[in-house]
Amino acid sequence: MFDMAGIAVEVGQALLALALAPALAGFIRWMKARMQNRRGAPFWQPYAELRKLFRKDMVVSRHASWIFHLAPFVIFGSTVVVSLLVPVLVTPLPFNAVADLFAVVYLLLLGTVFLALAGLDTGSAFGGMGSSREMTIAAISEPAIALAILSLALAAGSTNLGEIAARTIARPSSAISPGHVLAFVALFIVMLAETGRLPVDNPSTHLELTMIHEAMILEYSGPYLALVEWASWLKLLVFLALAGNLFIPWGLATSLAPSALAVALATTVAKLVVIAAAVAALETRVAKLRLFRVPELLAVSFVLGLLAVASSFSVR
Amino acid sequence: MTADALQVSFWLMCAGFLAASAGVLAPTPRLARALTAIGSVGGAAAAAWLAGLVLVGPSSLSIELPTLLAAAGGVSFHLDRLGAIFLAVIGAVTIPVSIYGFGYAAAYDGRYSARWIALQTGVFLLSMCLVVCAAGVLTFVLAWELMAVSSWLLVITEHDRPETVRGGLWYLAMTHMGLAALLAAFFLLGQQGTTAWTFGALRGGARGLAPGTRNAVFLLALIGFGSKAGLIPVHVWLPKAHPAAPSHVSALMSAVMVKLGIYGLLRVGLDILGGGPTWWGVVLVAIGASTALTGVLYALVDDDLKRLLAYSTIENVGLIMLGTGAGFVFLSLGQPAAAAVAFSAALLHVVNHAAFKGALFLGAGSVLHATGVRDINRLGGLVKRAPWTAATFLVGSLSIAALPPFNGFASEWLLFQSFLPGVASSRASVAVLLTLGVGALALSGGLAAATFVKAFGISFLAMPRSPEAANAHEAGWAMRLGMAILALACPVLAVLTVPVLSAIGGALAGIGGLPAASTTFSMGIILETPQALARISPVAIMAVLVAASAGGWLGARVVSRGLRRVDDTWGCGRIGQTSRMEYTSTAFAEPLRRIFGELYRPTDDLTVTVQPGSPYHIRAITFRTHLHPWFERGVYDPLVRATHAAASRVRALQSGSINAYLAYIVLVLVVLLGMVIGF
Repeated sequence: MFDMAGIAVEVGQALLALALAPALAGFIRWMKARMQNRRGAPFWQPYAELRKLFRKDMVVSRHASWIFHLAPFVIFGSTVVVSLLVPVLVTPLPFNAVADLFAVVYLLLLGTVFLALAGLDTGSAFGGMGSSREMTIAAISEPAIALAILSLALAAGSTNLGEIAARTIARPSSAISPGHVLAFVALFIVMLAETGRLPVDNPSTHLELTMIHEAMILEYSGPYLALVEWASWLKLLVFLALAGNLFIPWGLATSLAPSALAVALATTVAKLVVIAAAVAALETRVAKLRLFRVPELLAVSFVLGLLAVASSFSVR
Repeated sequence: MTADALQVSFWLMCAGFLAASAGVLAPTPRLARALTAIGSVGGAAAAAWLAGLVLVGPSSLSIELPTLLAAAGGVSFHLDRLGAIFLAVIGAVTIPVSIYGFGYAAAYDGRYSARWIALQTGVFLLSMCLVVCAAGVLTFVLAWELMAVSSWLLVITEHDRPETVRGGLWYLAMTHMGLAALLAAFFLLGQQGTTAWTFGALRGGARGLAPGTRNAVFLLALIGFGSKAGLIPVHVWLPKAHPAAPSHVSALMSAVMVKLGIYGLLRVGLDILGGGPTWWGVVLVAIGASTALTGVLYALVDDDLKRLLAYSTIENVGLIMLGTGAGFVFLSLGQPAAAAVAFSAALLHVVNHAAFKGALFLGAGSVLHATGVRDINRLGGLVKRAPWTAATFLVGSLSIAALPPFNGFASEWLLFQSFLPGVASSRASVAVLLTLGVGALALSGGLAAATFVKAFGISFLAMPRSPEAANAHEAGWAMRLGMAILALACPVLAVLTVPVLSAIGGALAGIGGLPAASTTFSMGIILETPQALARISPVAIMAVLVAASAGGWLGARVVSRGLRRVDDTWGCGRIGQTSRMEYTSTAFAEPLRRIFGELYRPTDDLTVTVQPGSPYHIRAITFRTHLHPWFERGVYDPLVRATHAAASRVRALQSGSINAYLAYIVLVLVVLLGMVIGF
């Protein structure tokens, strides 16, 4: 599979994900606004934000060190690498052979760690608070993610994303097996925590008592802020694509034929729209949890993952 | 490779460490330190060379010295590939640590004896190497005890500090408890009328032992070696003794010495006993999981930088034990390929942990050297004052948090993968246990990330929280060199994951019936576990990650105008930021401390002093918190109290009067004579 065409499609897919990510974030915001009886900004608003931020000057704290300057690139780079791995259009891709779902999780954790370090670097109380909370949630969501991966891997006989998707395409009945559904719900809960959505974190708040992600990036401005925001939108897209294409993989292209790619593009966009609408509806309906209630939510996810693994014993 | 080359490098290794010990005769402290460093580097290089020869060559080292201690059967050495893996780790870590030690111990000149440190260091290093070279029980136990005593002497180097002496006492007590268990295990192994106490003879005899004896040997070995490795609940000395030692010695103890406990367990459990019933592995997995979680949870809330690292060592030993336990489980279930992956994962983590924990302890030593402070709450801002130390500590932190593209990720990934065939196992109890093991592995990975964000972020970033931190300085050249070598080893080992694994596979092949390395993994640029459960390429991940980050940098550079203004951190309009506004180490860990509060049960003491006029005008807030670990509260405190009580009873015998003592002697003689006549 180390062919040039495959690599070209892979890079093209990552660029497409990068290009679509702001629209996805804008779409969720727009949907939320409509559900809350507001008119809302158009879905292309985040593109305008990126353009503005990249053109702007930066203000950097005098206490910041090189960590502050390095972090945006590591956060952006690690998320882009993850978008290379996740099947957005085609499966399996050449890069599938060099990293699996555990690598995805730890690459995202790398971005989280650098974000937390950047939050601490300027010495702001907000940054420290955000970092502390972010690492707390990251730490306790790890076991839930691992068990969800485990149940997928048990069914597919591999932790590599290409094999997992291929297996579900080959055996459609496995998509409605209890293990698969439970793992999907477990991963969806973890996704809300990892991407900083309600009920774990509110992406549209700047209230110091509640913010997590926003608290860490408070000191960023200009191009750095643009990179960090873009990376967080890309992370959202990656998780939604994971949820869509691992659990409901139909429509994914298994060859590089243009027609298959066109179908894959259409179905992936449709899946993203549906899941994004679900996220928007959820964010409209639920209130933010207290920080110390979040472990309970993640424990639910962990137990669902455990049940997913256990059900794969009983099915076997 | 000829046996001569092996013999020569073995004797060179001994000569090097003895030369380091000869520093005891040096006229000046500086000369003593130099001799220690040069001798240790030479001995370590010979040790690494010897290990390399054994790993690549067909022959192994065998040396018989029957005339030395002839009454006890003579001393003999034999280095096979399993021992060579550990010898390579010892040698490779000792070189940078000894270079570092030359600079670090300079602060001791005039306060503590550099000569004694030289003697103890040489003996300590030599005895560690001899432990893995030992061919029989006598040699092994001698080297083991020499290692324990010399490292204890090194721990109490700063003997004028009460907590150092207390930590040393804990270490001395626990290591001898472990030695007693080990001796009992070896006597049980040899009870079949064995006269030859070599490991080879014991291996032959172990097959014929009764199951009960085998179980007893395994459990005694677990206690004995577990107390050296830092397994729960016999780990209690580790967070007291490792931080008390000079930092380069802490690095050696945490990065290398604890691994010899793993070595011993593999030697006895896997090599001599050849594996056992499934419950052996189950016990190891359970102990490994609880050790990993307890270690990381206490590391997370510790505010002492060196003790935090010591607790993190306990966590990593737990991870290694998870892999080892899974290996024993698979071996008993007749899945040797899966067992080989699990043991390989454990040994890969042994190698990787040596690199990053060495770098971290040396980094903590530089912080201590520069500020005299170990309390993270009083550090901060060191990234600007000690950039080398900060960079190496960051690399170590990212590696130990199992983040790509560093080496910790490779071994934790393999640990995860080694559990997967077990979860797919037909035995439901094993499957559930290993599923929970995966959960424990993931949780300890996540908590380790939080711990090291705290350790690096609070200690090195933002503004200094004390005058000591504000006046910190960078370490000298020797210390910087030592740290840089170990930090560089982290990405290098990640790139070399596949070659290192093939060496480990070669070392494990044939031991306890494990299959040859070539059948274990398919290895190229891409590492593939058996039955194609997963594939990964740390090199490719590293390359793509660097390329993507650089792409982001280039893109941002092209589109932005690059204008930058330096200003204050935003403080809600308040001007003049001080370090008192920063988050502290205690505050950072607070959410997790509250989530796991049932385990910690801290005693918090909050005092708020208000102005006389109004309860809303607060004058001062004092917060004190204390954690007394549950295993000390529940297990060791009663034990210590009972020992004290028994000792004070016995004290009544000691009147100080010679007459009374003479009477005791007569009494004992009479009793003994009575016993003899009675027989």
